[in-house]
Amino acid sequence: MANYSILLIAFLIVLSVPVLTIFLIAPLVRASRPSKVKLEPYECGVEPASVAFDHRFSVRYFLVAVLFIIFDVETIFLFPWAIRLEQLGWFGAIEMAIFIAILLVGYFYAWKRKVLTWV
Amino acid sequence: MTWADLLFLLPEIVLSIGGCLLLLAPVIGGRNNGVAAKWSMLLLLVATAAAIYVAAGAGIPSLALGTLFVADPFAVFFKLLFVVVIAMITLLSAEFLEDGRYSAWEYYSLMAFALCGMMFMASGTHLISIYVGLELLSLASYILAGYYKNETRSTEAAMKYFVLGATSSGILLYGMSLIYGACGSLHLEAISQAVATMAGNQALIIGVMLLGAGLCFKVAAVPFHVWTPDVYTGAPTPVTAFLSTASKVAAFAIFARIFYMGLHSLEPDWNSIIATVAALSMIVGNLAAVTQTNVKRMLAYSSIAHAGYALLGVLAMSEIGLQGVLIYMLVYAFANIGTWAMVMLLRRREYAGENVDDFDGLHKSAPLYAFAMVVFLLSLGGIPPTAGFIGKYYLFAAAISAGYAWLAVIAVLMSAVSMFYYFRLVVAMYLKDGAAADVIPSRQVRFIVIVCLIATLTLGILPERMIRGAARSIAPIVNLASR
Repeated sequence: MANYSILLIAFLIVLSVPVLTIFLIAPLVRASRPSKVKLEPYECGVEPASVAFDHRFSVRYFLVAVLFIIFDVETIFLFPWAIRLEQLGWFGAIEMAIFIAILLVGYFYAWKRKVLTWV
Repeated sequence: MTWADLLFLLPEIVLSIGGCLLLLAPVIGGRNNGVAAKWSMLLLLVATAAAIYVAAGAGIPSLALGTLFVADPFAVFFKLLFVVVIAMITLLSAEFLEDGRYSAWEYYSLMAFALCGMMFMASGTHLISIYVGLELLSLASYILAGYYKNETRSTEAAMKYFVLGATSSGILLYGMSLIYGACGSLHLEAISQAVATMAGNQALIIGVMLLGAGLCFKVAAVPFHVWTPDVYTGAPTPVTAFLSTASKVAAFAIFARIFYMGLHSLEPDWNSIIATVAALSMIVGNLAAVTQTNVKRMLAYSSIAHAGYALLGVLAMSEIGLQGVLIYMLVYAFANIGTWAMVMLLRRREYAGENVDDFDGLHKSAPLYAFAMVVFLLSLGGIPPTAGFIGKYYLFAAAISAGYAWLAVIAVLMSAVSMFYYFRLVVAMYLKDGAAADVIPSRQVRFIVIVCLIATLTLGILPERMIRGAARSIAPIVNLASR
């Protein structure tokens, strides 16, 4: 049990660094000169088009985001597989081919259903 | 992974490939053809059934994927039941898919993936393989529940089901992780060996409680039942039939396997919880059903009560109890699908056929179907000579012989209450005059009603084969539990 309490203390120390810097030290040392431009939400340097909460956006953003998540998660599965590829051998290669084939079916479906074409 | 593995996994492989093909068919073929989709799905189901026979005859020990998966008689029983149920639901769904407003291929594809998930659940001997199967089933069910995508009620049902279902999956997973922490393994046999010496371990008990809570959500037992009425009412009726039979049966398959194979020696720790849940399900489900005027809602509450009855079999922890669960799932599936098919027969527009009044005077316009409905309701109530009697007989006998006489008393009393609200429909059909709802001229739905009628009566009058089949199917699990 002693080992775990050390882990907890380490965790608290690590946690306290950003908390202390952001909420305690930074307000003390930084200059505070707010202006209208500085308080605007950051939109990659472009001027904000409208208020953040009262804004409709195309459902296609959502579809693209969902597709992105699927292929993003796929990559997570690829990493440990790639590290162990030599030990897994052909079995692992075929297994991963099946896994990707299943994902490609979904990709192909989304493509043909015109999810990827922007109107 | 060996060639034998592929053989044992054949039904699941067939279904996965078939499901992908069903998904790709519309984008390659380019047309939404409900009839072709239906026949493709039925063909896939026949292939799956054949694959189940091949896998079942492929030898012992029937383990695949290491030891994550087993094709034992217990799994085969449930898989065959699933295939039959999904085949019936395919025919029930055909009618609303053939008019072309909703995409048929994707519907059947989701159904195939759900079936694949259920098969993994029935075969899982490891909490992870069980969980993956459960998620595959759940994700497909969430979409299916919202398949009337232009109807507010259906979308609302899907949303509620998704949010609550995802939460319960999280709870289930947390329970599994605590069990893993306590036992050092997720394999049911290893868990059963580990827990034998761990009675009273706090982490383990909390893990089992959370696992039980997640499972109770899936079988819709009180107090985890609140989603049931809304989801069952809002979903398209064939999907409701799917949720209340196939999905529930699959959940009971894993409930029984986990508790009989993995956690039997912890019984003193969990039996009072399951007993309370069973009692509450029977009481709340049946009493709430009494006041409903919407048939779908009434049947939803009655399905909550049925989960309570079936839990008696899990609780009993005996051969007869497990046999009771299997028999009850079989007879419940036929009676329940028959009832939902009747609701569909009386359909007007998207949802109707739902009010008790819609059944008024049905015996004049369609005497055969009125009679079939009476048989289904008698079976759900557990009155001989219908099949429901055999199921309840086994469950109640198991409860009494395991020392839960008080639960058996509640079960019998609540069955009497259930006959009250089931008979409101019978009264409407036989004693009331009225503008009986038209019976829609769908041959497929009528066919399902007749199939369920014949099955319910045959299994009730000649139950020997069913009882012997159930006895054979539980053998691997009971041997494990008594070891």
